[in-house]
Amino acid sequence: MTKSKAGQKIDKGLGKNPLKANQRMDIRDVLAGLEDYHPARHPWHWREGRNEPRKIGDFEYYESSKPVKASVPLSGSRGFGYIDPQPDCVITTEIASGRFEDDIRRMRMAAWNGADHIMVIRTAGQSHIDSLLEGTTQGIGGIAVTRKQCRATRRALDWIEEEVGRPLNFHSYVSGVAGPDIAVMFVEEGVSGVHQDPQYNVLYRNINMLRSFVDACESKKILAYGEMLQIDGAHNANATAMEAWKVMPELMVQHAINSAFSRRVGIKPENIALSTVPPTAPPAPCMRLDLPYAVALRDLFRDYKMRAQMNTKYMESDMREATVTHSLNLVISRLTSADIQSTITPDEGRNVPWHYNNIAALNTARQALTGLDGFRKMVKIDRSGELGKEARELKERAILFMEEMLESGGYFSAVEAGFFIDSGLYPERKGDGIAREREGGIGANALFYRAEDYFAPVSVHYGNNNLPEGIERAEDAIGGDTFQCPEKIVFIDELDEDDNVNKRIEAKQKYYDQHNLIRPEVEWLADGVVVLQLFLPLDAHRAEFAAMAIGEKLGLKDCVVINKQVCHPAEGCLLEMKGVVDFDIDINDLVIPEKVENLSEKEIRAAIHEQPMTVVAATVGEDEHSVGLKEILDIKHGGIEGFGIKYHYLGTSCPVDKLVDAAIETNADAILQSTIISHDDIHIKNMQRLAQICVERGVRDRLILVGGGTQVNNEMALDAGLDVGFGRGSKGIDVASFLVKKRREKAAEAEE
Amino acid sequence: MPRPDDFEKRRAHLRELSDEEIYERFWQLANQLVDPLLEAGKIYTTPAIERSILLRMGFSSVDAKPLVDQMIERELLNHGAGHLIWRLGQHWDIDYLEAGQRLLKGEGWTELAEIFGQEVQDD
Repeated sequence: MTKSKAGQKIDKGLGKNPLKANQRMDIRDVLAGLEDYHPARHPWHWREGRNEPRKIGDFEYYESSKPVKASVPLSGSRGFGYIDPQPDCVITTEIASGRFEDDIRRMRMAAWNGADHIMVIRTAGQSHIDSLLEGTTQGIGGIAVTRKQCRATRRALDWIEEEVGRPLNFHSYVSGVAGPDIAVMFVEEGVSGVHQDPQYNVLYRNINMLRSFVDACESKKILAYGEMLQIDGAHNANATAMEAWKVMPELMVQHAINSAFSRRVGIKPENIALSTVPPTAPPAPCMRLDLPYAVALRDLFRDYKMRAQMNTKYMESDMREATVTHSLNLVISRLTSADIQSTITPDEGRNVPWHYNNIAALNTARQALTGLDGFRKMVKIDRSGELGKEARELKERAILFMEEMLESGGYFSAVEAGFFIDSGLYPERKGDGIAREREGGIGANALFYRAEDYFAPVSVHYGNNNLPEGIERAEDAIGGDTFQCPEKIVFIDELDEDDNVNKRIEAKQKYYDQHNLIRPEVEWLADGVVVLQLFLPLDAHRAEFAAMAIGEKLGLKDCVVINKQVCHPAEGCLLEMKGVVDFDIDINDLVIPEKVENLSEKEIRAAIHEQPMTVVAATVGEDEHSVGLKEILDIKHGGIEGFGIKYHYLGTSCPVDKLVDAAIETNADAILQSTIISHDDIHIKNMQRLAQICVERGVRDRLILVGGGTQVNNEMALDAGLDVGFGRGSKGIDVASFLVKKRREKAAEAEE
Repeated sequence: MPRPDDFEKRRAHLRELSDEEIYERFWQLANQLVDPLLEAGKIYTTPAIERSILLRMGFSSVDAKPLVDQMIERELLNHGAGHLIWRLGQHWDIDYLEAGQRLLKGEGWTELAEIFGQEVQDD
């Protein structure tokens, strides 16, 4: 963790990390003594150990980075020894629930799933607030970005980054009419990355153009001092334009203006990132449209960083469809380059993102980027044909765009003339661009010529600054500003008596105090929201009302259908419906089978050495799955063979009676039967059948019967007449330990 | 105004440029576009810039806003918000933070106007 001297100097020992992997985080720990907590500076952090080949598990990776200490690996990693390769690019997650106390918990989950760039979205309308907001008011579509929220979040992230073993970049926005104020607060509170693009203010927030650029000079100077990474706002043109695939020349112009402007204010090019989105999505032939653009952009902006965003413009409520589009976006990232891979939650088309959809989006990125590792060693971009021609054409169109801007009188005149967000493919014009008046917009009346004696007694400042006589450095006049003397920072706790985190904790006190009380949630602690998936044999319109009636009968409140997938106009429709449950489960009231403690590896080996054991194993029924069972068996994957147990493997789609015959022939101690397919409960039927055949052949008492499979659990297997069942995530040692224990038990019974 | 795509006609002067020349041309234009914007930043100031200066001097956001708003009202902001407060502190020989607090109470505005050579207005 990077700690500046300033940070260490006044950290009053309040930074002790209270996190434990098996405990939920308590927001009250984060808030305790916050007024005295001064986060260290956090300059932007790229992942470590990039550009070096790395062996992880059985494989060589070319585009990975230093591993983390704690994570939840992809579920598919079970077949690969639970490896969790970390891609080389920084991976972003965007969080916007409106309550920072719940966002912090989600950040922890995100960090465990590969995120190291945590972006908090600002509440609606904050751009138009002329000064800093303070306190912890609840936001809409994001949080009010205040000093308290930033400090609390940064403190929590300091703990989380220690837990996962990788620095976390905290990120928000420097835009609107309080840009410089926010930039200062961000440096003071350890923020690492920001969106800053004066064009965003002009085009989308109708803030006066001159005001916006003048403010941006000061903001960017401050960001440069904080060594923060800056991301521009060009992607908004993609989301706003009527026909997004035609704004590509303009996107390049917007990127160029912000990049050139920022660099000349003083931000190092390696801290300037382009926010770039593949503009289109299927059913358009998006790869063919988006790839030349991605290539052209990386040619022209070779000095700068690429923040690859996922497409949002064409997202609907279907999360599967969004995930496929996003996966295609990731192919472009790997085919070209991405320094930061941003993720869009697949539910963004239906609601403000939910906890687990941040995780889903992160895993889409982690999965695809890792899957595509080293892809470019085998597949290359062919510039000789269509792609090269189109990339060149886009660059020329962008140049023509800027030439015409200059002819029209420069940036301001071009904005007045509606050059931007026109949906024609430049130089084509549709006349539907966003035009702004030079003298108009918010903040137009608040620009002042600096007087000849203008003076700003601070260490970081853009433009004319006339130091009074005898003053060598501006900040000397005041004995140093907050950048040198963080103890000068004034912390404001709360301004709103009713709308603040303390009140929200109070309202949910029982859930904070009693972790045994459980209610489902999607964004806020105990919000009660659940989602039902229903297929109804109806047309989509009537199905929606039928679904809501079903929800009500189930006792759900506030049912809303959030996605409909027509399978056939009359045969049926898949619906996803959210609703709210208004009860808690007390886990202390539940009978939860104890987690079985395994014998030690040593003890198992000794027992098998003393008395050898043989098992027969197969996947039964019409079932060709073999990976799970092989892992339970093979020495290589920590299977039972490694403990000295001999096995006869009969393969897949094995008839159950053949498996029993083999056990009798080989005088086996146990049968391991695997079933993956669970259609029509065939897995249960096959377990029942195994028990039944063993009884019929008179070998039930002699044999240990073990059922396994992703849809199997112990209770189910016991009900079916087997001795044990192993579900998803079981390992060889679980089975070996059980076999040894069961054999001892049977021996003890026989003696009696 | 709608306009058809006349790219082929417009691009005539670019057609023969090498990729590197295209790169140079692109950045030359971008820099030319931002020149006046960078100049404007040097000569203007705004309430947000001045508030950001007061924050860095150790004023809270709650104090910075009314201080700057008052300075605008009294047509003093062009000297720099921090400058005004610092000079008042010197004038009274007190800490500048204290000077800022007194300004918030309505004291010192007449002195400021005098120091910065303006006509004293009757409140």
